[in-house]
Amino acid sequence: MDANTPGTSIVRHALATRLWHWVNAVSVVILLGSGLGISNAHPRLYWGRYGANFDHAWAQLPRFPAWITIPANYNLAISRRWHLLFALVFAFGLLGYMIVSLINRHFARKLALRRADVSPAHLAADVRDHFNLRFHDADDPAAYNSLQKWSYILVLFVALPMMIATGLALSPGMDAAWPWLLDLFGGRQSARSLHFVTATLVGAFIVVHVALVILAGAGNELRSMITGKWKVPEA
Amino acid sequence: MILPRRSLLTAGAGLLLAGCDKVAAIPQARKILFAGEDMHRGLQRALLDRGALAPEFTREQMSPIFRANGTRDPGTPAYAAMVADQFSSYRLAVDGLVDRPLSLSLDQLAAMPARSQITRHDCVEGWSAIGQWQGPMLGTVLQAAGVRRSARYVVFTCADLYNGQPYYESIDTVDAFHPQTILALKMNGARLTVPHGAPVRLRVERQLGYKHAKYVTGITAVASLAAIGKGKGGYWEDNVDYDWYAGI
Repeated sequence: MDANTPGTSIVRHALATRLWHWVNAVSVVILLGSGLGISNAHPRLYWGRYGANFDHAWAQLPRFPAWITIPANYNLAISRRWHLLFALVFAFGLLGYMIVSLINRHFARKLALRRADVSPAHLAADVRDHFNLRFHDADDPAAYNSLQKWSYILVLFVALPMMIATGLALSPGMDAAWPWLLDLFGGRQSARSLHFVTATLVGAFIVVHVALVILAGAGNELRSMITGKWKVPEA
Repeated sequence: MILPRRSLLTAGAGLLLAGCDKVAAIPQARKILFAGEDMHRGLQRALLDRGALAPEFTREQMSPIFRANGTRDPGTPAYAAMVADQFSSYRLAVDGLVDRPLSLSLDQLAAMPARSQITRHDCVEGWSAIGQWQGPMLGTVLQAAGVRRSARYVVFTCADLYNGQPYYESIDTVDAFHPQTILALKMNGARLTVPHGAPVRLRVERQLGYKHAKYVTGITAVASLAAIGKGKGGYWEDNVDYDWYAGI
């Protein structure tokens, strides 16, 4: 029986990938929850270097309810404690994962784009496959499909680093040492807006990611991210 | 078996959020949670230049309106009397671990070499305002008082009351001697107004707004913060769990 036969159990995810996935999942959920708590302290977003109550806000955010914030009851100091501690777990976790993924060739094997991944016809076919709940290539079921690759690449190499860089730009201490952070984003309040917008995109990714995990078979997918073992599904 | 797994997956995030409050109530976990501040302080101070200047801006880049925050008027009889005599009776006490304790009038402070800077004020809540500040460097005042080498922190006592006690804040002596750390007497070219901390407000650029003590009446050099308030170095730090470092 070859490794692509439906029903075969294969090792889908390396230990480093699995470890980082869960450390990161916990960190990101805590960062989003505590971040919404911090947002409640001043739920207005601005562009530029400054921005306060008398200045024009491009967005007035809702007050985020207790069930989604950390802590549940508004407490800016404690939200910041959670946010800043897990910002370190998140940032250094991502750094470690990236280093290991270069060394163990996880990126090269799983995420490197091939000709098909940039072909419009193939991408269109991949979208159709997703609507038909076909997520795996029968010839190489363990490989990520094109949309999956693109979304992981955008999240890993654009959105998550963007969260770290815009977050650092909010630190008055970092701004003194690395003023280019401000130039990069067009000022601290722009960085704050981009921090929020990118966090929203990360939140949207999580929703789609969890939905697709459920559609692809929650049990099999969850097991593969815990033990590594993944059963090749029926095509 | 699929259904429980599905709900497990989606409920996981919800449980995590709810569990955080339980975790934060455990003293040992709270200690770890609060250690994040020390990690950020350690990392920033180890990796970055401690003498780096906060960005300065041009007049055109200033906020049209600089909002006042925190106490907008101390409202005590003693402060009202100082406002009434235009702060001619105001004295800034400089004491603690110094060779020459000082009591400086506003005129004496104004006669010292002043630094002028247009900087960004970042409130812990998230908003920013850019304004111009002018006044003597704190380092100049500390040197005039002959601050001793044993001093590690500088504590500011203020004229505004919180829970009946004067507001207080502290910074370390490295930040105290940073060139942008000034005792502002003027804001946007005019004498400080009451909502902005008249007659003297600390500017400690590179840290969040609550460190910038307003209505400063006393400066005390100390070796440790243990005997100040409840020991964490400031009103918000002692009472509302804000971090002392406030550089991020």
